[in-house]
Amino acid sequence: MTELLVPILTMTALGFLFSTGLVLAYKKLKVEEDPKIETVNEILPQANCGACGFSGCRAFAEAVVRGKAPVTGCPVGGEETAALVAETLGVDAGEMIKMVARLHCRGTTEAAKSRGCYSGIPTCYASHLVGGNKQCSYGCLGYGDCVKVCQFDALYMENNGLPVVREDTCTACGKCVDACPRNLFELHPLTQEVLVFCRSEDRGPMARKVCTAACIACGICARACPDAIVMENNLAVITDFRKIDPEKIPDIEKCPTDAIGRINKEEARDEG
Amino acid sequence: MELMAIFISAVLVQNFVLYYFLGICPFLGVSKKIDSALSMGLAVTFVMSITAVVSWLINNLILIPYDLGYLQIVSFILVIASLVQLVEMFIRKISPPLYQALGIYLPLITTNCAIMGLALIAALNEYSFVETVIFGFGSGLGFTLAIVLMAGIREQLDLSDVPEPLKGAGIALIVAGIMALAFNGFIGMLT
Repeated sequence: MTELLVPILTMTALGFLFSTGLVLAYKKLKVEEDPKIETVNEILPQANCGACGFSGCRAFAEAVVRGKAPVTGCPVGGEETAALVAETLGVDAGEMIKMVARLHCRGTTEAAKSRGCYSGIPTCYASHLVGGNKQCSYGCLGYGDCVKVCQFDALYMENNGLPVVREDTCTACGKCVDACPRNLFELHPLTQEVLVFCRSEDRGPMARKVCTAACIACGICARACPDAIVMENNLAVITDFRKIDPEKIPDIEKCPTDAIGRINKEEARDEG
Repeated sequence: MELMAIFISAVLVQNFVLYYFLGICPFLGVSKKIDSALSMGLAVTFVMSITAVVSWLINNLILIPYDLGYLQIVSFILVIASLVQLVEMFIRKISPPLYQALGIYLPLITTNCAIMGLALIAALNEYSFVETVIFGFGSGLGFTLAIVLMAGIREQLDLSDVPEPLKGAGIALIVAGIMALAFNGFIGMLT
């Protein structure tokens, strides 16, 4: 009997000793967390997309509670989340401008000439590595890498070979911006009406040859609105959309290739 | 002189990582940055030193007098697991970023064979109390030295042109092998 008892007692005593030590240590070393972190974390959309610049919703919650991130820092949750977070922390949310992703290309399968038959891996990235399937080396490749990375179902491929952004579901998380090998996506404020729908830096005649919707750097838009639009590398660039005079928009829309213009106009065309 | 020999042997000659090949998982896992490698080394040194002391006490005051040698492994594991738990709580309290950097490798110190190996080798060699303390601390320093050197080399490797198939674990293991070769050179020190 003793043969059995001694080891059992020894191990029990040792176990008891160590667990007592750990209990005491735990009481001393317990990490006190601000309960607000958990509350804020629950408000957040839990998309863990990283659009806020932190490694996930929880990390963002911690940063907000510590005052290291603005309450409006979550683009996915938008104003609603910002308001709730602000309420939890007892601060003023301020105004939040909703951003959306916009595609800077109008090179549909009709407009942009094909360069040949590409039968490799059907992703934009792979196609881009071998120079793409369009003669334009700046335009949308149309294999929908952006659609695949979108967690919010805010992108779909139109029959014309270009992805379309659903403004209401787009959260401006920026995944498509990173995914596009040709950097055709950019986040813009929802209120920005006029955009340049081309990224081609080819000279005018060359750009026109490969795509009927390319910016040919004629400069009509820049002359109509010199404060807000400049020509850079054979491409019109909007430097500050707030300076675009609404009365000048019809002049801007005289663009011979429709490479610059209002967004709504494009949507109407998609529907039609 | 005897103590000095035990210390130098534990740090350089019979280095746990590069001579016994114990504790390889944190050696490869946490050796990408010098800071976190150093912290890992210090955490292991702490656990090793205390393990050596506590396991010597248990072994010589309880197990040997009562003829319970067969409980050696299970009681040593108990010591190590409790200590790692303590270190984990401590690091989490004082430095959350370090806690995140060490990640899974911190609780894995529990099953780090270097530490179990240390307790068993000390018992096997029948070291006295002072010798065990020196041995435990020296082994920890040896581990720290090895992992920090490794991290230094790997930081340099990030900037160099490593052949594509060798990138990552491949080159890390080759470097570890070359380091083991170099450490073999210390064997002459003790003869």
